[in-house]
Amino acid sequence: MNLLIKGGRVIDPSQGIDDTLDVVVENGLVKEIGKGLAVPAAAETVDATGKYVVPGLIDMHVHLRDPGLEYKEDIISGTRAAVAGGFTSVCCMPNTKPAIDNKAIASYIINKAKTEGACNVFPVGTITQGMHGDRLAEMGELKESGCVAVSDDGKPVKNSELMRRALQYAAGIGIMVISHAEELELVGEGVMNEGFTSTELGLKGIPRVAEDIATAREIMLAEYVGAPIHIAHVSTKGAVRIIREAKARGVKVTCETAPHYFTLTDDAVRGYNTNAKMNPPLREADDVAAIKAGLKDGTIDCIATDHAPHHLDEKDVEFNEAMNGIVGLETSLPLSLKLVDEGLLTLAQLVEKMSCKPSELLGLGRGSLKAGSVADITVIDPAKQWTVTESALASKSKNSPWLGETMTGAAACTVVGGNVVFSGR
Amino acid sequence: MEFKHKDIIALRDLSKEEIELLISTAENMREVNSRDIKKVPTLRGKTIINLFYESSTRTRTSFEIAGKRLSADTVNIAPSNSSATKGETLADTALNLLAMKPDIIVMRHAVSGSHYFLSKKVGCSIINAGDGAHEHPSQGLLDMLTIKDKFGRLDGLKVAMVGDITHSRVARSDIQGLTKMGSSIFLAGPPTMMPPGVERLGNVTVCGTMKEAIQDADVVIMLRIQQERQGKTLMPNTREYSRYFGLNPENLKLAKPDAMVMHPGPINRGVEMSSYVVDGSQSHVLKQVENGVAVRMAMLYHVCGGELE
Repeated sequence: MNLLIKGGRVIDPSQGIDDTLDVVVENGLVKEIGKGLAVPAAAETVDATGKYVVPGLIDMHVHLRDPGLEYKEDIISGTRAAVAGGFTSVCCMPNTKPAIDNKAIASYIINKAKTEGACNVFPVGTITQGMHGDRLAEMGELKESGCVAVSDDGKPVKNSELMRRALQYAAGIGIMVISHAEELELVGEGVMNEGFTSTELGLKGIPRVAEDIATAREIMLAEYVGAPIHIAHVSTKGAVRIIREAKARGVKVTCETAPHYFTLTDDAVRGYNTNAKMNPPLREADDVAAIKAGLKDGTIDCIATDHAPHHLDEKDVEFNEAMNGIVGLETSLPLSLKLVDEGLLTLAQLVEKMSCKPSELLGLGRGSLKAGSVADITVIDPAKQWTVTESALASKSKNSPWLGETMTGAAACTVVGGNVVFSGR
Repeated sequence: MEFKHKDIIALRDLSKEEIELLISTAENMREVNSRDIKKVPTLRGKTIINLFYESSTRTRTSFEIAGKRLSADTVNIAPSNSSATKGETLADTALNLLAMKPDIIVMRHAVSGSHYFLSKKVGCSIINAGDGAHEHPSQGLLDMLTIKDKFGRLDGLKVAMVGDITHSRVARSDIQGLTKMGSSIFLAGPPTMMPPGVERLGNVTVCGTMKEAIQDADVVIMLRIQQERQGKTLMPNTREYSRYFGLNPENLKLAKPDAMVMHPGPINRGVEMSSYVVDGSQSHVLKQVENGVAVRMAMLYHVCGGELE
């Protein structure tokens, strides 16, 4: 299908573009960007007046739960949620059942996504076999079969020697290591952030230093072996500071945070709200401020969602028993747009963190509207108001702390490979 | 004054006036407990289920006696003989029990907040007999009643609390209740057992030493060291704990001469308190247990509307 996206505010940091322009798509590729472009043959026109037209958003950290846990989410429902949230590509974490630690599982995901998914899916393989933390996974074959990074996300690699070797090995074959930075001994039986709220609620706390120490270890190992490291879901002011200092020293460290860490504090847990239970846990106001500062000064490279769907029965239990995580694909865009409203980021910087940078880090060859690029495009309606309800969410799971809240901003049109796969709520 | 809550889950949820009402009702209930025939028909025809997921002797027995003295039918369920051992969820257990039409479920559970979770699921009244490290409101009320018995008031008192504050639901209920009533709380314990931000719970001061906390105190509440929860990281051993945070006749002299000593029990004799203190003239430990029945009668009475015959 050919496409003319007409009259939108095109924001493409890869070309330094921020102007009201038309975008012409032909045969799945961006053909041309300019003013008053002619409608190509047999083209559909998307009126983008008053809307933003940006390189397709990329979520480098989601859990699609497929294979093995399809009752929570699968590749079909997960990618539908992704395109409804404006994402044209997602990277799915390997803690499936079985884990993505071999070519067969990676190929299954890639093939199912190609035939039945609504957007691009790039699997992330494991660092260690079965995510057991004792032997390196076959990273070479994982990369060859289409994995774009390796991670034991959901748990840290406890053994420092193994992590050192993982970084060396991965660097050698040119695949990124994504670290779930958490010192488990300090986490203990904690179920929320350790602070006044955990004291008042009588819930076991997870100290922030559990994340800080693990972040510092990863950085020191990466620095020692001269390999890149990406820190997932940064939530503490300490981790932001440690990463900032390491970047200034020239360490090849990058990181991401998620919208809940710059939007909510651990106050959201009050009432023993299991939809506010996640790992790392929601922190305190000074952490939220530090995350925002890290986004603003570039310490935090990417915004990912850590979309973690769970079935109702896994959340509708006593707080300690509830699974960690929330769905995030469909709320990420409006929550992130708030950063622009607050003057913290420019639109171009936001697009950089939600599209260009994830593509660059993982070598996805996307994140740009340059002529000849794959036509993955998100048209954003910044004024669209919608309410987060269970029925409004395309994800199979509904575990969102924002249920009932009205959001401003949404994807008006999501284009994957030149095809319109979603056209507004 | 009318008590308007369906449940009693935390003293944090109650106003000063509601706490006063419960305490004054308990004072009246004590008259029943001193009769030859210790029974009134107040809750006749009402069914109370004591659902105890954690082992308990005094609290469960106290609630059972309280229910029986008000003529309610009481049923006790312990984890070892409940469907929890077969993997049934708390919500399903509660819904099945609810189908048998109880009026009140008194529950003890290891997970903080589990009573709020249950309260949203069932229409009957829920009384918290202890949830994790959150609250133990009946203990807080009976502590306040015991203090009031001695001083005739609850305001303007210096209350020292010593021990494992982090894991203590008694501490949280005592702090919530006593500070609402106008007392000042002074906490002491190993720093490993002092939760962050505890000063913000009310009129609370965290002291560097036990001496500082109990100096000139009107009330000294010693908390149980839950040896099963201490693991290996919170303190070296009970010997050292006892040396720095144990109450003995010597350091008790730092408190006011007529200071009262309390403990929620069960006591590790020789660890938290020496036997000379436990059995001494300033100890109100057994008075606490005695008041527990009256307080629980008051709680059962008020969640049932407090207007029965």
